[in-house]
Amino acid sequence: MATLEIRDLHVSVDAEGEPKEILKGVDLTVRQGETHAIMGPNGSGKSTLAYSIAGHPKYTVTGGQVLLDGQDVLSMTVDERARAGLFLAMQYPVEVPGVSVANFLRTSATAIRGEAPKLRTWVKEVNSAMAQLQMDPAFSERSVNEGFSGGEKKRHEILQLELLKPKIALLDETDSGLDVDALRVVSEGVNRVRESGEVGTLLITHYTRILKYIKPDFVHVFAAGRIVESGGAELAQVLEDEGYEKYTGVQAEDDIKAGA
Amino acid sequence: MSQPEQSKGATTAAAVSVAGPGAGAPLAGPGTGRTHSEVLASRGERPTSYDPADFAALTGREEDWRFTPLKRIGKLHQGVPADGTDKVELSLPEGVTAEQVGHDDPRTAKAGAPIDLVAALAYAAVEQATVITVAKESVLTEPVRVDVHGEGGTAYAHLVFDVKPFAEAVIVLAHTGTGVRAANVDLIVGDGAKVTFVSVQDWERDAVHLAQQNTLVGRDATVKSVNVTFGGDLVRITPNVRYTAPGGDAELLGLYFADDGQHLEHRLFADHSVPNCRSRATYKGALQGDAAHTVWVGDVLIRAAAEGTDTYELNRNLLLTDGARADSVPNLEIETGEIVGAGHASATGRFDDEQLFYLQARGIPEDEARRLVVRGFFADVVRRIGVPDLEQALMTKVEQELAR
Repeated sequence: MATLEIRDLHVSVDAEGEPKEILKGVDLTVRQGETHAIMGPNGSGKSTLAYSIAGHPKYTVTGGQVLLDGQDVLSMTVDERARAGLFLAMQYPVEVPGVSVANFLRTSATAIRGEAPKLRTWVKEVNSAMAQLQMDPAFSERSVNEGFSGGEKKRHEILQLELLKPKIALLDETDSGLDVDALRVVSEGVNRVRESGEVGTLLITHYTRILKYIKPDFVHVFAAGRIVESGGAELAQVLEDEGYEKYTGVQAEDDIKAGA
Repeated sequence: MSQPEQSKGATTAAAVSVAGPGAGAPLAGPGTGRTHSEVLASRGERPTSYDPADFAALTGREEDWRFTPLKRIGKLHQGVPADGTDKVELSLPEGVTAEQVGHDDPRTAKAGAPIDLVAALAYAAVEQATVITVAKESVLTEPVRVDVHGEGGTAYAHLVFDVKPFAEAVIVLAHTGTGVRAANVDLIVGDGAKVTFVSVQDWERDAVHLAQQNTLVGRDATVKSVNVTFGGDLVRITPNVRYTAPGGDAELLGLYFADDGQHLEHRLFADHSVPNCRSRATYKGALQGDAAHTVWVGDVLIRAAAEGTDTYELNRNLLLTDGARADSVPNLEIETGEIVGAGHASATGRFDDEQLFYLQARGIPEDEARRLVVRGFFADVVRRIGVPDLEQALMTKVEQELAR
């Protein structure tokens, strides 16, 4: 069973030449089949967590460990992490002009699976996944993310999730910028992947809205660079009712201590 | 306000100057007491002539030569005599004829006069121009091909493609081999004709090639003029577009890939002198290796009479390694406000780390991700050509460059 272990993770970014610590000791274990929601206010570092695990060069890990099935993720290159079974659905997917979706998906699937998928079955696989996400087949001829609407970008991310079948999926604010219909379609895509029971999901969100469609097993409140409270799905309801004020208070106090 | 509302004479990098109609500009050239090294008020005032004597000797400090290392152009600016030969193969589908004519034939002076000394010297050095004619209303199913293989030495050429009204043609002019070459290439696009013209500079590494390309666009005619420059030690192409009547549409496309020490230069000029014409320029270049140098200059002039003009030019350069240099200079001069649109964009940058991260985060190894981005960068231009066989051949060339 695949397990992602995050142990006392500290991460900094370069802020005008000075390292600025964003993650201040994150501990979390995500097992295959589980869904963890990470909720927190803007600027709490929850997206940094996702990007650090995926290996974005902007972030410097200054302490701690990330292990996937006991393997040291932090010593791997970005593409090695993906081939090891990590997937990051991005909040702002990047445009790659001149590279068609079809070419991109096939290149990616070839890299992840270690061999080129057989053309016949591949086309069927892509077409059926696109149909389920209510994507026009003409979509595959467009350049990756170029001129995509917000909803199209998110569908495209979830399409990749379905095709690449990772062990651990990190979904960074997949719900942001989606109308209700798109949110439902995208959530159904995530749920299809979850139903396989073969993926562990880390769902990062600011709002509880997506949790109506994707039921988490665990909810973690993220504030000031670490998890400050963990609970079951019921914790989301508390956040819905009470907001993050209680935790942002903690953040302010923490900063005072840190500065002392 | 310290800046005057009307700026006259701005031809600096990325300048947009709006001059009043008929704004006076001093003429330059012999007899005027002015030299070409002075910045002229308007691109439209730059002299053109078939006679080399009308051009001053080059110093390299002239506005239009300042990027070109004259030491490396094989004395083409000093009237070096021809001593080399080309192997030329013509592939002419039905409806297309070729003939050799002297400069007394008016077709050799129809598309435009030389804009600089090297083009004038090349014009003067050629006794017989090759005129290739696509008959009126003929719709070609196969491309016209002119394959030029340089066999060393210095040589001059003048090619005229005369596409008669309402004809439709794809014309490919391909350069391989080596030598020092200066050429004038004219494309006359008759009224209502549709032409795709592609000039491929696939020279060996030591070749020198300077060419002026003149395109004359007829009434309601459509032309795509494409330059593909990968080879050579120094290549300098100057495409010029003029319109004879309203309704002309010119799309100028280009891709270039400079390796170690190569100098690849493209200087475009779209001269809008009649109403309701359109021009689009999209040039993309990649550079890799030490002292790889590319130059792109895009001059667009919208004269006072050219109301309803629609123009946009774009240049993008991708620096794949340190030590390479890309110069990019769009110039837009507008003498009438009654236009549909006029704009330009220029950007030169390194690999986008975010693109690489995105592709790598999908399991694609870094070197493959880089190739994918460069392929995509060029595919974006290539797919606008609209001739599938050609597009595929060009993407194969891109692959070969990337494999170097």
